[in-house]
Amino acid sequence: MNKKNTNKDPLDRHPMLEQLSQLWRNKTAIAGLIIIVIFILVAIFAPYISPHDPLETALYDQLKPPVWYEGGTSRHLLGTDDLGRDILSRLIYGARISLMVSVISVSLAFFFGTLIGAISGYKKGWVDNITMRLMDIILSFPYILLAIVIVAYLGPSLKNAMIAIGITYVPRFARIVRGSVLEECEKDYVTAARAIGASEFRIIFIAILPNCLGPLIVQTTLNFASAILDAAALSFLGLGAQPPTPEWGAMIAQSRSLILRASWVMTLPGLAILFAVLGFNLLGDGLRDALDPRMRD
Amino acid sequence: MLAYIIRRIFILVPTLLGVSLIVFFMLRLTPGDPAELMLGERATEESLHQVREHLGLNEPLHVQYGMFMKRLMKGDLGETIFTRQKVWTEIKHRFPATLELSVCALFISCFVGIILGIVSATKQYSIFDYLSMLGALTGVSMPIFWLGLVLMLIFSVNLGWLPISGRLSVLIDLEVVTNFYVLDSIITKNWVALKDSIWHLIMPAVTLSTIPTAIIARMTRSSMLEVLKQDYIKTAMAKGLSKFKVVYKHALRNALIPVVTTIGLQFGVLLCGAILTETIFAWPGVGKWMYDAVMQRDYMVIQGGTLVIATIFIMINLFVDLLYAVINPKISIK
Repeated sequence: MNKKNTNKDPLDRHPMLEQLSQLWRNKTAIAGLIIIVIFILVAIFAPYISPHDPLETALYDQLKPPVWYEGGTSRHLLGTDDLGRDILSRLIYGARISLMVSVISVSLAFFFGTLIGAISGYKKGWVDNITMRLMDIILSFPYILLAIVIVAYLGPSLKNAMIAIGITYVPRFARIVRGSVLEECEKDYVTAARAIGASEFRIIFIAILPNCLGPLIVQTTLNFASAILDAAALSFLGLGAQPPTPEWGAMIAQSRSLILRASWVMTLPGLAILFAVLGFNLLGDGLRDALDPRMRD
Repeated sequence: MLAYIIRRIFILVPTLLGVSLIVFFMLRLTPGDPAELMLGERATEESLHQVREHLGLNEPLHVQYGMFMKRLMKGDLGETIFTRQKVWTEIKHRFPATLELSVCALFISCFVGIILGIVSATKQYSIFDYLSMLGALTGVSMPIFWLGLVLMLIFSVNLGWLPISGRLSVLIDLEVVTNFYVLDSIITKNWVALKDSIWHLIMPAVTLSTIPTAIIARMTRSSMLEVLKQDYIKTAMAKGLSKFKVVYKHALRNALIPVVTTIGLQFGVLLCGAILTETIFAWPGVGKWMYDAVMQRDYMVIQGGTLVIATIFIMINLFVDLLYAVINPKISIK
């Protein structure tokens, strides 16, 4: 009568492991993960893999088409723009900027959103009322408009674009964390923590918050996607990265006048944005299925 | 139900007040002198003084806010800095263009999105399902300002099928009645203008509809799958009804309840997207006007435009919530 069974019942596995294996089985999530890993590697190793300096202009190599077009050279695999800058190198460095923008703006939103959400979910009462009203007010602006207005006041720059995106994303995190904290507060372990006299800080951030991680991770991943998209849109409008920064959105904006002569200058950065955003969205969807069955839409 | 509506309208007051506070203080709390910010560094002391007087910047902040709200109540949003037009008149003049574009885009996305969603749900895990859901995910990830340029490249530059930008060809005359060009051409029976304005509308509307279409398709699919699992669908099937009838008559009604909310929320997405789309296609609506104002730093336009768009956005969301309560009786019990 050996109760220790060597063939472990799958239900006995640690829930985290179960979720990981579910994620592994999800093909879309894996596809997303692969895209993101490539994106991150390209961003990190940009100086080593880019064939040219992204800012180096070459007057004799203006508007060279990509290598598969007639007249393309292998010196510039994806061609050059109107100043003779190598597009491949600019795209590679662009990954760096997009990654930086999304990490910083989402971290801003994550930090403040989680803080606000956790405190208002735990404190309830008037604190909760006031902060959530404030979040409602921020949400009542179409978010790109809010970001545009913030940048219009602060002045156009990549830094201000990141701040603007960060601010507009705060309510998304605050709402999710508040909801989870409200739910967790009803559970016995919170009562127990209170009973042994743990400080409020400890209860909120060490006891409760780790249990709300699932939805938070999903939200973070999906927000990475929209941060890349919004930062590119702001730069496209001339409110984010300024020339000659090799930012994808800004590259598209500069190529608008070339649409008749050299369409590749415009199409390639767009594809880069699309793939990076798609990667995060694929992973976000997969994570949602694995971590948080309630949030499935 | 009535109590719910009253409560929702009551909540509107602090939200709108908050919006007006944010819009008001954003200009005043920006580092630097707003007058100088508006006129640039090279402005003369005299013109700076004039702008300060004009905006009441010499008064204390709470008095300024009071004045701002008082004028707002009368529907006065001030004048644009450079052209000295009434901001409100300008918005009224441009809003029909934005609305025409948004409604057209919403119509496209509802039509395409709902059909894709239903077919994907009824053929779950088929090739069609995979492809359309991958398409939907790509749509959600789409930088629409880029898509607009690509469409322009393909359909205007290379194929020459569609006009590249604007609302109407230069050579075509149209008597403006409502400023909705499609409507105007029907009213004045100007069929040439009708064709031309629709032709101009297609590309911007398709561009703008990309993200909402994708979102609506995903929502319809998951909602439909949920409903198709329920017992009453099995009953209907067991009764021997055709699959078409079960799906479109029995299931669709319930599946569309959450979709209605999604569709309503897309209106906000459209208003956001309009800024990008209108800028690309030189569509003379509120979005392009706001963009130009941002570029010229016309803060009165930014202030007024933001206020109006945010108010419209809030009203639409309220309307959607109320509509949801009407079609889904469960909510009023709460």
